[in-house]
Amino acid sequence: MPDLSIDFCGIKSPNPFWLASAPPTNSAYQVARAFDAGWGGAVWKTIGEPIVNVSSRYSAVHYANQRVMGLNNIELITDRPLADNLREIADIKKRYPKNALLVSLMVESTRAAWHDIVKRTEDTGCDGLELNFGCPHGMSERGMGSAVGQVPEYACQITEWVKEVATTPVMVKLTPNVTDIRYIARAAVRGGADALSMINTINSITGIDLDTFAPRPAVRGQSSHGGYCGPAVKPIALNMVQQVAADEQSPRRVPLSGIGGIQSWSDAVEFMLVGATSVQVCTAVMHYGFRIVAGMIEGMENWMREKGFTSTRDFIGKSLERITDWGNLDLNYAITAQIDQKLCIHCGLCYIACEDGCHQSIRLERRNGTNHYEVIPEKCVGCNMCMLVCPVEGCITMQDQSGGKPAMSWNQYQKLLAEGKIAPLQPPAHV
Amino acid sequence: MSLQPTRLSAEQLAQNFADLAPRYTPNEALLEAARCLFCYDAPCTRACPTAIDVPKFIRQILERNVAGAGRTILSANIFGGTCARACPTEVLCEGACVLHGLNEKPIQIGRLQRYATDHVLERNLQFFTAGKPLDKKVAVIGAGPAGLSCAHELTKLGVAAVVYEAREFAGGLNTSGIAAYKVNTEFARAEVEYVRQIGIPIRFNTPVGKDLPVSRLLQEYDAVFLGTGLGKTASLGIAGEELTGAFEALDFIMPTRLGALAECVVGEKVVVIGAGNTAIDVATAARRLGAEQVTIVYRRGAAEMPAFAYEYELAKSDGVQFLWHTLPKRVVGAHGQVAGLECVKVQPGAKGQPLQEIPDSLHTIACDMVVAALGQDPLYELYQTIPGLKVEGKRVVIDPATGATSVPGLFAGGDCVNGGSEVVDAVEMGKIAARGILQYLNSERAAG
Repeated sequence: MPDLSIDFCGIKSPNPFWLASAPPTNSAYQVARAFDAGWGGAVWKTIGEPIVNVSSRYSAVHYANQRVMGLNNIELITDRPLADNLREIADIKKRYPKNALLVSLMVESTRAAWHDIVKRTEDTGCDGLELNFGCPHGMSERGMGSAVGQVPEYACQITEWVKEVATTPVMVKLTPNVTDIRYIARAAVRGGADALSMINTINSITGIDLDTFAPRPAVRGQSSHGGYCGPAVKPIALNMVQQVAADEQSPRRVPLSGIGGIQSWSDAVEFMLVGATSVQVCTAVMHYGFRIVAGMIEGMENWMREKGFTSTRDFIGKSLERITDWGNLDLNYAITAQIDQKLCIHCGLCYIACEDGCHQSIRLERRNGTNHYEVIPEKCVGCNMCMLVCPVEGCITMQDQSGGKPAMSWNQYQKLLAEGKIAPLQPPAHV
Repeated sequence: MSLQPTRLSAEQLAQNFADLAPRYTPNEALLEAARCLFCYDAPCTRACPTAIDVPKFIRQILERNVAGAGRTILSANIFGGTCARACPTEVLCEGACVLHGLNEKPIQIGRLQRYATDHVLERNLQFFTAGKPLDKKVAVIGAGPAGLSCAHELTKLGVAAVVYEAREFAGGLNTSGIAAYKVNTEFARAEVEYVRQIGIPIRFNTPVGKDLPVSRLLQEYDAVFLGTGLGKTASLGIAGEELTGAFEALDFIMPTRLGALAECVVGEKVVVIGAGNTAIDVATAARRLGAEQVTIVYRRGAAEMPAFAYEYELAKSDGVQFLWHTLPKRVVGAHGQVAGLECVKVQPGAKGQPLQEIPDSLHTIACDMVVAALGQDPLYELYQTIPGLKVEGKRVVIDPATGATSVPGLFAGGDCVNGGSEVVDAVEMGKIAARGILQYLNSERAAG
C-alpha cells in the first residue's frame, strides 16, 4: 500500500492534499466537513483585523462547454471576529489531531501587530503559520498582501518579525504578480521562512458585460481588479513552483506547497514532480465540494502502485532534472507527424492548422467523396500542432526520425561553429 | 365506424401537432454550438444542397452573434427557416457530421439553424436589398420555394421578378404540404412575407396555362421561370376511389395546415397506401388527429420502403402499423362510404419481373378512410401547352448548371424538374436558375 503521508517541515499530514486559505476554510464547520471527507490538511482562511466584504464577489471564465475554467474573486480576508476564528481553530485541532492545520495571517505591517497575531494564533495549538503576502486585491491597497509580497525587502522584514516569536513552522505564501518570483522567494527564505507556498491569485479582469460596460463581478455597476485562479492558471503555477524549486541562488532549500488550478490527483502529482511536498486546493472545492478528495487520494495511490513508488518522497521533485535551459535541448532530435487513416474522421483541423499557422506540411486530396489528409514528412518540422488540434485521441502521433544522429545542443552547436568544426545548419524550406 | 371531425380536445390537438423539435433556448443553443469541431472544408456544408457554411454559422452562435449566424444561413438559402425544420438533416448535413466517426451524436445542425433563423425572422432583420435595376423583367410561375428562391435571387441581382401563383396563398408545400409538427403554417406564411420584403410582387389566383399561356409570358417578359411543382397525387387505378372517405395525400394534409385542426376530418380506422415520406406524414397526422388505428400498406418490404429511416421510426412511435408485401385491389364501400380495403399478399417476382400475387391471399382490411400517398403526378396538361418543352418521364429537362429548359428563355427548377424532392433542393435550383437567367439576359443583350 503506497504511503501518501508527508512530513512538511515537521508538520505531519496523512496525505499531501490540503485546502488552501480561502472561502472553503472559513469556519470550523467547513474544515470539519473537509477533514471528514479525507483532506489531509487545511490552511485557515486568512485572519487579521476583520474586514467588510462586497457583493458580488466572484466571476468566472467559461470555455465552450466547460464552466469555470478560471475563477476570479474580489473577496477579502475573513470577515469574522478574530476571537471566533481562534476559538474554532483550537477546537478543530483538538478534534482532528492527525490533520495538518495551518493558519493564514495578514495584519498591518508593524512588528507589534505581527508579534501579537502570531502569539495569539499559536495559542490555538495550530501546526503552523502561513503569511499571506499574496492577496492582490483590496488588502494590497491598504499596504498588506501582495503590497508586501511584491517588494523583497518588505517580505524579508516581516518574515523576520514573525520568526522572532513564532514557535511553529512559518510558511510564506507568494504572489505571482511579479516579474520573477524567485526574488521574493529568496527574500522570504532569507527572512527565515521554513517553507514557501505558491501561487496566490493572479491580477485579473475576467470579462466585461457588453450591455453595462462593467467588468464582472459587478458591484453596483463597477468592479475592481480581482484574483484569478482555477484550472486556467495551473501552467503558470507549475512554472513558478519549478522555478523556485530549481533556484540555485536560494539561500536554503525549503519545502514547497503547490497551489494553482489543482483539480485532480494527476494535477497534484505534477506539482509534486516539480518540487512541491504538499498541494493546496480551492477552486475545485468551490466548484464541486470537499468530496473530490476521495478520487484524488485513490488516484494518487493507484498511480504510485503502478509506478512502484511506496512513498511520496519517491517522486517529489523527480521532474526537475527533466527541465533545462533551451540551449541544452538536442537540435538533432527530429520527429514528424503521422495520421492514422483508420482513425481519421476527416474534420480537416490538422490541415488548416498546419496550412495557415505552421509549415504547410499536410496534403489535402479529395478521394471517393471524402477529404483525405496526409503528412508530407519532408516538410514536417515536428511542431506537434496538428496532434494538438486533432479531436481523435491517438489519430495523429509523432514519429522519431532522428535516425541515430548523435545529440547536439544549441550550446554545443555554438561551440562547434566557433571552432569551425561544423557548417551552419540550414533552416527547413518555407513556401 | 364513420368519418368525422377529430374528437380530440383543442388542447390535445395543439399538443399533438406542436413542433417535434422545439426551438432551442439560448443555453441549449450555446451548449450544442460548443460541441461543433469547426471542421475545415466541412462535410456538413458539402452535404447541404445550398452549401450553407455550417461551421461558420455555428461559430457565430457560439460567439453570441445570432443575427450574423442567420445572415450566413440566409445568404445561401433564403428558406433556411423551413429547411431547418423540414430538411432530412439525418441524411444531409447531420448525416455527414464527423462526430459520427467518434460514435457521438452529430451536431444538431437543423435545430441550431432554426435557432438562428427564428432570431432573424422574429426581428425582421433584412440583410438583402434589390440590386441596381438592369431594366429586365422575369415572370416566375409558382410561389413555392423554387419560385420564390429564384425571384429573391433575381431581385438581388437587379432583375425585376413577378410571381404568378395559381392559389390564393404563397409558399407552396411549405405552407400546405409539410407535416404541421415539422413546419407550422404561421411560420411558413411569415417566412414568405420575410422573403417577399425585398420587393417581390405576387399575382395570386392566377394560374398559368390555358388562359394565360407560357408563350404569352415569354413574349411579355425577358425570361420565364417554371416552378410549378407537381399536381395531384397519382391515382391508385383501382375501384372505389370515388367513395366518401377515399383521399389523396395532399388533400388530407392541406386542412391540417390551412384550416383549423379541430375541423379536420379523420376516420377511426385509416389505411394509408404507400410508404414514402408523404405516406408517413399522412399516417402520423391521422394518428395525431385521433384515429384509433392507422395502417400503412406497401407492396414491397421494409427494406425497400422509400421513407427515411427516422420517418419510419417516427411513425412506429406514433403507433402506426405496417403491412408489407400487400397490394390494394379495391376500395370496398357501403352506402357510398369507404368500408374497407381489399388487398392481396404479393411476393417479389424473378429479377425484372413484376410482383406476383399469392393465390388465395385476398383479404379485406376494415377501415373508414383510405389515403393514397403514391407520389404526385406531373402537370402534363401544362407542359403540353408549352411548345418545344422537353420532358423526360415525369421531369422537365434542364441544364443543371443554368436551369435552362429546351425552350429559349424558359428556365425551370424544383419538383417539376426533379420529380419531387426536398425544399432545400427546390431552393437551390431556384438560385441556380436565377443566375442562369442573368447570364442569359446578359448574352441576349450582348447579341442584341
